[in-house]
Amino acid sequence: MRVAVLRQGDYLIASIQSDLTDSEVVALRELLLERVGRFRCRGVIVDVAALDVIDSFVARALASIATTARLRGADTVVVGIRPDVAIAMVHFDIDLHPLRAALDLDEGLAALDTLTGGSRDAR
Amino acid sequence: MPDEVRVSIASDADLVPARAEARALATELGFTRTDATLIATAVSEIARNIVVHVGVGEIRMSPMLEDQRRGLRVVAVDEGPGIRDIEQALEHGVTSHRGLGLGLSGARRLMDDFEIRTLTPGGTTIAMTKWRVLDELERLREDRRRDVRTDDGRR
Amino acid sequence: MDEHRTAGPAPAEVAGDDRILHELVTHLRNERPALRQEWARRITDASLLSVMTQSEVFSEVTAAYDNYVSALETGSVETLQTYARDLSERIIPRGVDTDEVLGIVLLLRDVLARSLFVRYQDDREMLDRVLDAYEPAANRIAVTVGVSFVQERERVIREQQVAIQELSTPVLQVRERLLILPIIGMLDSDRARQLTEQLLGAIQSHRARVVVIDITGVATIDVTVANHLVQTVEASRLMGASAIITGLSSRIAQTLVDLGVDLSMMRTVGDLQGGLEEAERLLGHRPAEAEDVAREPVGG
Repeated sequence: MRVAVLRQGDYLIASIQSDLTDSEVVALRELLLERVGRFRCRGVIVDVAALDVIDSFVARALASIATTARLRGADTVVVGIRPDVAIAMVHFDIDLHPLRAALDLDEGLAALDTLTGGSRDAR
Repeated sequence: MPDEVRVSIASDADLVPARAEARALATELGFTRTDATLIATAVSEIARNIVVHVGVGEIRMSPMLEDQRRGLRVVAVDEGPGIRDIEQALEHGVTSHRGLGLGLSGARRLMDDFEIRTLTPGGTTIAMTKWRVLDELERLREDRRRDVRTDDGRR
Repeated sequence: MDEHRTAGPAPAEVAGDDRILHELVTHLRNERPALRQEWARRITDASLLSVMTQSEVFSEVTAAYDNYVSALETGSVETLQTYARDLSERIIPRGVDTDEVLGIVLLLRDVLARSLFVRYQDDREMLDRVLDAYEPAANRIAVTVGVSFVQERERVIREQQVAIQELSTPVLQVRERLLILPIIGMLDSDRARQLTEQLLGAIQSHRARVVVIDITGVATIDVTVANHLVQTVEASRLMGASAIITGLSSRIAQTLVDLGVDLSMMRTVGDLQGGLEEAERLLGHRPAEAEDVAREPVGG
């Protein structure tokens, strides 16, 4: 499986395992938004540590996930952006501010806890 | 090192090998990890541009070896209807009817040289190059090679 | 990146040569104790590897001899390359230079060649054939060892260059999760890029949540510098760290805004002290209201 999606309490954690095609990115977006709605998740983590390229399409998709999930009551944090990828991303002409980011899964969960006022231990 | 690497682009699945080849060639040319990522990202953008707007095309990558610098030149070739308004295509925030955006302005900022040639309706060629300056060790070696060539010439 | 290929046929291409090579290798293996000793003696006589002790020289000589003969036998220099790089890694820090390394390899070549002369001196035709098998292989080995050594040296030099560059702008960790990057001097595109890479790497390895970038010491702050800073701040954010710029006077900030630089997303504080206090606040070291926390997006 190219993406593993797990639920942890009120949160959804999507771990991207390898380079994704555009169609797979779109499918992931649909899947996450559907699950957020279905399970009334309050937070989403998207782990992109396995991606060594994040281009404007993927960046836009991530921002879109964040914006739409927010409308459904969930905050999104992207984790695992590598230094070289971060530098590439700032060259795009996209507004990346809807995207919240954290260093890794732990930091991401802590950030969600702060944002949602909840606790990751809620099961 | 190969003279040219070609990746044919026919679907969004082809973006993955295009990125990988770009990174591999950039690394072989001695680009830093960051620059290799910038190049791979730019390649991804123009490859997607082919898929989204034309359907079929090709990415051609070749090393540029000069005395003071090294470069990686990437050319995207397609046979589509061409981009009618290039300036508009490069303008910030322009999106196509699919709302995906052309990504070309991103590619332009990621690379050093960037040129679009369109022959409406004959197709579009996008050529972009990223350069890196030789470091001191490499320059020393180049100087020595040049000296040897000059000596041979004189003999 | 450069590959060296020696012209000429690989050793043992012809079936007859195979036998010869085999005989030659057998001879070299049989004579191992004596020839190894001879080589070590000649190394000392030529004052090579003077930084190493006798026993060190002997153990290197043994390993090198075996690798050499093995390379002759198999025609493959891969194991030899690995050994040469490993040896280089060990001796370069001790000050051994390229001429010494080439010197000892050529000495071995010589010792082995002479031994072949002695053995086949009564059979001129055989001697010719043995030398025909030996020489190309021996040349290739000498080149391989030399190139491996030089490549290793260059790798070390490059590493040192990077380390020196990074020393000129240290990223300081003042407390957990907090980094300070004081920038002094001219900030051109190259340096800015190097600093950004350095900072992001530090954010990753120190798991920093806040970085304070102090530009008090930056000579000229123009649109280019400002844009680099904006990019650095944004890239840091994508790695989960908030950046605070200190040392940017409001006068210069206003000028930059007038010139079209978007500073809206940048946290700026006049001086370093103020910046550190703001950093502490961001890290939550002062008890924060739940309301305050909600207003400050982590990593934003």
